[in-house]
Amino acid sequence: MRPMAQIAMVMNLDKCIGCHTCSVTCKQAWTNRDGMEYVWFNNVETRPGQGYPRRYEDQDKWRGGWELNKRGALKLKGGGRFRKLAGIFSNPRLPEIKDYYEPWTYDYKNLTDAPLGDDFPVARPVSQLTGKPMKIEWSSNWDDSLAGAPEHGDQDPMVQRVRRQAAEKVKFAFEQTFMFYLPRICEHCLNPSCVASCPSGAMYKRAEDGIVLVDQDRCRGWRMCVTGCPYKKVYFNHRTGKAEKCTFCYPRVEVGLPTVCSETCVGRLRYLGVILYDADKVTAAASTPSEQDLYEAQLGIFLDPEDPVVQRAAEEAGIPYDWMEAARRSPVHALVGKYRVALPLHPEYRTMPMVWYIPPLSPVVDALTETGHDGEDLDNLFGAIDTLRIPLEYLAEIFTAGDVGPVRASLGRLAAMRSHMRAINLGEPPDTSIASSVGMESAEIEEMYRLLAIAKYEDRYVIPTAAVGDARRLEESALPDGCSLDYDGGPGMGGDGPFGQDSGRKQLPLVSVESFHALRKRQTADREDT
Amino acid sequence: MTTFLWGALPYIAFALLIAGLVWRHRYDKFGWTTRSSQVYESKLLNIASPAFHYGILFVLVGHLIGLFVPESWTESLGIRERTYHLFSLYGGTAAGALTVLGILLLIYRRRTNSPVFRATTVNDKLMYVVLLGAIVLGMIAKLTHASGDGYNYRQTIAPWARSLFTLRPRTELMQGVPVLYQVHAVIGMALIALVPYTRLVHMFSAPVQYLFRPYVVYRSRDPRQLGPRPARPGWEKTDA
Repeated sequence: MRPMAQIAMVMNLDKCIGCHTCSVTCKQAWTNRDGMEYVWFNNVETRPGQGYPRRYEDQDKWRGGWELNKRGALKLKGGGRFRKLAGIFSNPRLPEIKDYYEPWTYDYKNLTDAPLGDDFPVARPVSQLTGKPMKIEWSSNWDDSLAGAPEHGDQDPMVQRVRRQAAEKVKFAFEQTFMFYLPRICEHCLNPSCVASCPSGAMYKRAEDGIVLVDQDRCRGWRMCVTGCPYKKVYFNHRTGKAEKCTFCYPRVEVGLPTVCSETCVGRLRYLGVILYDADKVTAAASTPSEQDLYEAQLGIFLDPEDPVVQRAAEEAGIPYDWMEAARRSPVHALVGKYRVALPLHPEYRTMPMVWYIPPLSPVVDALTETGHDGEDLDNLFGAIDTLRIPLEYLAEIFTAGDVGPVRASLGRLAAMRSHMRAINLGEPPDTSIASSVGMESAEIEEMYRLLAIAKYEDRYVIPTAAVGDARRLEESALPDGCSLDYDGGPGMGGDGPFGQDSGRKQLPLVSVESFHALRKRQTADREDT
Repeated sequence: MTTFLWGALPYIAFALLIAGLVWRHRYDKFGWTTRSSQVYESKLLNIASPAFHYGILFVLVGHLIGLFVPESWTESLGIRERTYHLFSLYGGTAAGALTVLGILLLIYRRRTNSPVFRATTVNDKLMYVVLLGAIVLGMIAKLTHASGDGYNYRQTIAPWARSLFTLRPRTELMQGVPVLYQVHAVIGMALIALVPYTRLVHMFSAPVQYLFRPYVVYRSRDPRQLGPRPARPGWEKTDA
């Protein structure tokens, strides 16, 4: 056993109202630069819909993720090492800017500078790539909230797959049935195919917290990672010629703060926490023959932080105590492993994604209420979950490689929770058979309810800081090989530029220091002035 | 003049190459990239770029064989000059034609596709002039001396090139060389000197190590590098 810690995320899709606040704040924080106009580390897609970039889930076209070869071993779907190097001079599987959208701005100056005339001056859209006026025909959220679904909805690769299996019936019921929002960030996979695709070795998974990053100094712009990632969450900065991706806001996470998308989420639907996993088992789990078993296989490599054997192994592996403590309190561990309501996004890509989703029950409840039934009555709900085969199968295509079992189980638990808690709210004695019908106990259901409905900031984001682990490693290097300040760009003796000290680099700007505790106090305080 | 062109220029070019690479590696790793324009336009690039790159790799191999495999070696293998000439003429022309076709397509794409053209810097344009000049003049030099046994550069240019490495350049060998070959050699040296200062630098990051490393790379944070790191050349400025 080789335990490793991963900071993972769970999103409760029932709560997503599709406001795009996460996308906008993320963009303001990370991608508001030249060459990154089209880049959305976080985006919110309407499903059914094509997603961003268009039809990214069509792996027959884009060849992202892993597949099994004839001997049953993992191999990159985009081709092995030799194939990658032989084809390095161009990448036929690279999405063009048109598959995202052509970024534009508006000719705002015209509003003030236009000569006096009979017409109101307008700000025409101008392409940021060509600098010429352009016609806006597509963008990242063109099909937001099912806009244009009659025309574009059929192009959702998952809709196409559902239809192939579940006959004509799907076609009629489809548009009326449901819609939900799917916020997506980088999955920070346990078996990242983007990292495996990078010829330069510039992409890496951090050993401490599992965050997948691009080393900007090592990236040489071969663009293989963009193809390798089946979620298309590695982007090519067309100004700098380097790959960039979601950083899981590592500078914030390192000091115990949630990511920007989590922090600013209006629906408070994101949960952050530590998950322990056995790094030795990752490859075997990702090589599970049947795609539909991958969800269970991934659950199988997670470690229980309460288990003394795991605790001892984690200590030996150098996982700091506060990380173990965080793993025990982790909401992600609870939702993924304990209550089993969260599911991975497209496990069939075999990358072992680490951003999981609680599937939305609301389309079922809404559909039921519309037909005049009591949408929160358990029998009605259970029946509806099964009979509304369309959303179940669609959800299963997204979260469990088409296996409706885990989706039904997850939705069943959510439905049971609604019925159970409704009884409590109405002052009735809750029916204990409700809990047992989904394999849970009343107390467990109420705990889950607290985590899903009430959970405060500290309960949703249980993030250990990097400081303790660092302190320990610094302690161990009490007698380092060189001066500890003598790193590239440091104030030490060896860091001189080509023309002596102070040449060749810029000095650090003077900034006011805010401690972690001060910042946290300010952000979690009820009043502004504290 | 002879001494400068054939005795000094090669060393200047080589020094500029090495110094440029060291400077780039130390101070501009961020700028060290292919600066691909594929996201703007993919169709033409998928044909032109492999054609050019594979072509130029064959051309490179041809130059290495021509300059650094002495005539006596091939003769001891029983390869006559005439055979060698024909081999180098047809092989070289094929590779050269592929390269020229590729680069012309690439330049056409660069000029006609508006986003690609806008992403072209002055540095790129200079590089294209020198690169295209070196390739085209090389082809012309070869083809104008194609008849009969052709020009046997392995008795003049090749020994001169090898003598550069012994630090005793035999400049006199280059005096009788046809002028087209001379011009090609000078532009070639200019190109070598330019490499580290242009996007051509990406040739030195051919990712051969990819064949040998494990698929998933793990790295630990450097505990000594806490907090933000100083701004670096090429990086966007974050402090106002």
